[in-house]
Parts: sequence; C-alpha cells; structure tokens
Amino acid sequence: MNDDSGMPGAGGRLGMVVAGSLSDGVDVRLDPGTSTEDIKVGTFVTIQGQRLRFFGVVTDVSLRATDPMLSATPPDMSDPYVASVVSGTTAYGSISVEPILVQDIEGPQAAKTVPAHFSPASQASERDIELVFGTEDERNFWIGSPLDMETKLCLSIPELVKRSNGVFGKSGTGKTFLTRLLLIGILQKGNASNLVFDMHGEYGWEGCSEGGRKVKGLKQLFSSQVAVFSLDEESSRRRGLTPDYVVRIGYDEVEPEDIEILRETLGLSETAADAAHFLRQHFGAKAWLREFLSLGGREEVRNLANELGVNQGAMIALQNRLSRLERFDFMDETGHGSVEQILQYLDRGMHVVLEFGRYGNNLAAYILVANLLTRRIYSRYVERKERASGDASQEPRPLVITIEEAHKFLTKGVASQTIFGTIAREMRKYNVTLLVVDQRPGDIDDEVMSQLGTKITCLLDSERDIDAVLAGAPGSRKMRSVLSRLESRQQALVFGHAVPMPVVIRTRDYGTPQSYRDLGWKDAVELKAQIERDVEDLFGPEDGR
Amino acid sequence: MNDALHEKAPRPIGEVVAASTTEFVTQCHALYEAPPLGSLVRCRGDSPIYGVVGDVTTRSIDPGRRPMALGEDEDTEEAVYQRNPQLNRLLSTEFRSVVVGHREDGRLNRYLAPLPPRIHAFVYRCDGEEMLELTGSLDFLPTLLASPIGSPDDVIAAFLRQAGQCHPEPEGFLVDAGKKLAVLLAGQLQRLNGILRRLSP
Repeated sequence: MNDDSGMPGAGGRLGMVVAGSLSDGVDVRLDPGTSTEDIKVGTFVTIQGQRLRFFGVVTDVSLRATDPMLSATPPDMSDPYVASVVSGTTAYGSISVEPILVQDIEGPQAAKTVPAHFSPASQASERDIELVFGTEDERNFWIGSPLDMETKLCLSIPELVKRSNGVFGKSGTGKTFLTRLLLIGILQKGNASNLVFDMHGEYGWEGCSEGGRKVKGLKQLFSSQVAVFSLDEESSRRRGLTPDYVVRIGYDEVEPEDIEILRETLGLSETAADAAHFLRQHFGAKAWLREFLSLGGREEVRNLANELGVNQGAMIALQNRLSRLERFDFMDETGHGSVEQILQYLDRGMHVVLEFGRYGNNLAAYILVANLLTRRIYSRYVERKERASGDASQEPRPLVITIEEAHKFLTKGVASQTIFGTIAREMRKYNVTLLVVDQRPGDIDDEVMSQLGTKITCLLDSERDIDAVLAGAPGSRKMRSVLSRLESRQQALVFGHAVPMPVVIRTRDYGTPQSYRDLGWKDAVELKAQIERDVEDLFGPEDGR
Repeated sequence: MNDALHEKAPRPIGEVVAASTTEFVTQCHALYEAPPLGSLVRCRGDSPIYGVVGDVTTRSIDPGRRPMALGEDEDTEEAVYQRNPQLNRLLSTEFRSVVVGHREDGRLNRYLAPLPPRIHAFVYRCDGEEMLELTGSLDFLPTLLASPIGSPDDVIAAFLRQAGQCHPEPEGFLVDAGKKLAVLLAGQLQRLNGILRRLSP
C-alpha cells in the first residue's frame, strides 16, 4: 500500500475502489484528505488490486454525500471545524477510473477485469509511466508529460509510422507544434522519411508561435537531413532562403483524377469533372489539358463538346475553371521531374518539406500539387515494393506523407477516389503512410478515420468532430469528457496504436533554446567546440603535433 | 479541571451502587462531588472497567421524603447547609457511567467487559494519561451513541472536549473524532450537526 498522506501528487494515494464494472469503469471514493479540485479528468491512475496492478485514466469526477438530506439542509460550513469534519466524510469526492491496462509478468496487457473492492488507488508515479510508455531511447520519442507530472512520456515511433496517423484540434490549439514534434520524432527514431506538404511554411525553415514568436523549422535544426523544396521561389528568396529544389508541375502531368479531387474547390459539377476523362481520350494523356486550354473562344469549346457528346455548359465551365491553373507560376509546359527529385532525396534518407509560399492560401494549388505528386510517388513505391517482394533488401524506405487541411482530400465521397484515401486504407502495405493534420475531422471519411492507427487530438469543441475522432476507440463515451475538457493549448489526448493506453499529455516545449538542445541541436559555439574535440580525437592535441 | 485530570486521583470518589454490563451507578462519598459530565472514570479492580459519566443526579436518599425549601430566613445558600448539617446525610449525589472499555490481562479493550463491576467497587476519576490511552482509538463511539442515557449527544461532546485537552493536538483530535462521528451518523445529518456544533471550538 502506498503512503497514507492523502496528498495527491506523483504516486500519492487518492482513495479506494468502492464500486464499478469493467464496462462503466470503477468508482474510487476519495480519501478525506484528497480534494476533488486536485484531480483532473484524464489523470493517469494506478490501482493496486489483490494480485494485479491496474492502470487507468480518470474519466469523471463527482461529488457525493452519504446523506441525501445534505444537499437540502447543508451543515454550517462557515464554521471551519464543521467544514473540515464534513468534507471527505458525509460529503465526499469520487472519481470514475477506466481501467485500461493490467500489469502482469509479461508486462502491461489490456485490462479484462476490475480490481477488487477497496483496492487502493494512487496517482501514477514516474515509474508507472515508464513501465507503461517506456523510456526515451532509440525507438521512443519524448512527446510530452502526463498531466501535472514532469515525467517524460514517450511515443514508440516505429509503431507510429507503421500506420497512418492523425493530428486533430481546432485552430490555435497547437496542432502545428505537435506535428513538428512528430516529424522530428520520425526523423530521429523512425527509420522513415518524411514528405511534408507544408501549406503555410511552418515546418521547413521556421514557423510562428501563436504569439508571433519565430520558432525553428526542421531545416534549421537538422540541416543535413532535411531538404526544403519550394513551389514559389520568389517567396523563398524574399525570406532570404535558397530552396534545395524548385518544383514545377507540367500540364502534361495533370490527370483527370486531379481535376476530380478539385471538383469542390473549383466549384465544378460532376458532369464537368467527368468531361476531363473524355478530353483525355480525345487529345491523349499528355496533351489534353494544354490542348483544351488553348482552344480559342466559346465556339470551339461548344464544337468540341458536341463532338464528344458532353454538355456544352459543363465543358465551358470546365475550361473556365481550369484556366485558373494558368495563373499558377509553377505550372509549366512539361514537368521537370520533380517527382524524381523528391524520390532521390527520400531514397538518400533525407526528409523533404515542400513549401507552398504564396500558394499556401490557394487551396486549389495545394490540393492539385499534393495529389499529383503523391499519386506519382505512391505508384513508384508500389512498383518498388512489388519488385522487392523477392528481396527484402530492396524494400523502399518507409515514407510518411504529411498533409494539412486533410478533410479537403479525404471528405466523404472524394476519399474513395483520391490517392490519399487509398494510402489511408491500404496502410503500410506499400510502406507509405499518412500523417493527417486537420481541424475538421468530422468532415473526413469515416472509413479513413477508422484506419488511422494513432490519433493525437488537441481540444475539439464541435460534437461532430469529437464523435469522428473517438469513433471506434475503446471507452469512447468516457473519453469524450476528457477530450472536451482539454486545455486550449499545449494539451492533447493520445490514443491508438503507438501508445498502450489513451493518455492526456502536456506537449513538450518547443521554441526555447533549451528545447532545441533537448532535441539534439547544437548552437554555433557548441558546434565549434564539438569540431575542435573531433579534430583533437583524430589528430591528437595541437601542441603534440 | 486540567490539573485535576493530570493529578493521580489518590482517593476514590464513590462506590458502585448499581451495575450492569452496559452501565454502572456510583454514589459519591461526598455530596456534590460527582465528576463533570463526560468525565472518564474507572472502577478499581484487577481488571478495571472504564465508564464515561453520562448522568449526574442529587436527591434524597429516602425516596419517600422529598427535600423541602429551608432557606426562607437565610441570606445565602451556604448558610442553609451550615444550619442543617443533616442535609449532607439525607441527600446524596449519584452518577451513571456508560461502560466504554475495560482492561483484561493488561490489555485495553474498547468494548464491554464480560461482567459488570461489583457493588461497592471503588470508583476513581481517570487521569490525563489514561484518557489519552483510551482515546488513542475511538472504537467505542458507537457504544456511547447508542447508550440509553438521557442525552448521549451532550455526553459525547463533553467527553470529546475533555479528551481533546489531553491530546497534544486538540484540534486535530477533534477533527478526527468528528470525521468518525460523521461516518457513524451517516443518514442522521441533524444529529451530527448538533454534536459538531457542541464540539466546535
């Protein structure tokens, strides 16, 4: 049994189990010295049963009274003596704990029973956290700390990258910071490559905190491992950066499928989007878009529509909308092998961040480019994976593709047709997985949501979004109260494949000099010292030379 | 009172005149010399029995003869007793004590003794150390709460107040005792409130 101080804190006793069930969680009556105000929903709790040790999460906190009259005729609480006697006895606190894991000889297992009556419950200690989540090592990445604790809570990155994952949360809750940490985690421990479609230029060179403070991006921290590709060279130059590669998209690379995914964004009817397929048949796979856009005047378009048997209005609308693509400077007559470039970098174990520059605010550009590049990269991975089926050493390096505003790619109806829907569903078969970053998970296709391995979610307040994120998670009804009460920043609920049990974390700091050092970054002075040490190790001390 | 408690009582304050397993009646050796309500007393013997004073009465020793008013011509109450020395013999003070524990083979048990004290057993007031030892645990509170004496709530309050003074941390003791009562009186909120108000410093 733990100490009887009754003071909550890491390892401190909270109370004892008095009732409950596996389906509804167990009720823990708080000890008289423990106030409900000291316990938060989402707190990690351990219960020492007669033989087994249970790990669970607080899902509800309630006030109870032994006497139903108490609420009608409360005692004189202005008397400090009466108040100190009554609180914790006649009126007491109670917490509901969802038992999730049980510790047995083989390590933590899913809980299939509940602890016995009167088993003592305590706040999890540092050791408990390490036992369940592991310690920081070459596989586990420190992502944050449990609520009210300083212990490092780790995420198993190799497990994470095996499946597609999601980072959710409404705007301003720290999705980007979390994603940046996850990308660093994958970079450091995952034995996988990142391809980031960086819509708002947050990940490559530097990002911005909510307060407008600049924080370092991946390139600044890990310059030798990260390549920044840009779609908008001008914007990069304005910021004094030289991108590793400037991406150009050729008209001959655009396929009717790319138009289909843009249907909603461009405001095209279904008929109009379908017309693209006819155009490809008519003009050929490479030339269709260029030829179609170069048709002069409505009359020509009408004639073509008649010839192809497509509604004239739809055809005109299609040409009208697609002509917007001509305004994109990154569009070129022919492609420049951008896909090859990206693949080359990825094959070298580099991580590629594609910055959109001024096109970050143009959803059509983002969707078009992300979809187009991903489809090609994915098909190359499929080829290689199939070639490697006889030779494991030929296996392509696992790739994690990060997309923002994911609901635009993965909405119900569209998800089944787009490459992202395919990747999300087929999971790791071809070593390509997604990291979906989104603020409207409710708009994402249910099937895709259900395939996400690990979900990391910051505060969400729309019922629909909460339902979508929690759908299918064990104990989802109880996790709701945890999720809807997260603080609006630096807190997230993590559950799924990469963690043994759902847990609320305070996201690790990012943006301070210390946080960069914790991530292994060395500033100029340290770097110089390191080089000097290395030189000395190689050639011996200077005076001895 | 504190001094009286701490001083070893060298002489008995009275003798048992009626006894049962749950309570005993003590007649005081001197008129008006009963210990205050809630005091801890003990009947001496090889295995002492502890009781809490629950009801103090003073009346005529002859149930057929009621005391009469005698002070019409006296200036003070004291003068009435001086002029009528027989009063000390015709009146007697008795107190009922609720049994809360006993000692058997040197071990203190906080429950009823197997047998009641004998008639004429000498009764002593307990000192602070004995009070402290007995109230080291409050397992006997249910017995006190259920005792058939007149106003058990007042007795408990008086007893706990006295016990508190013997403890190094009177406030902590009273809070613990209050919590114990709150558990025992779950469902009897008004009664609990009454006792707590009496205990409130």
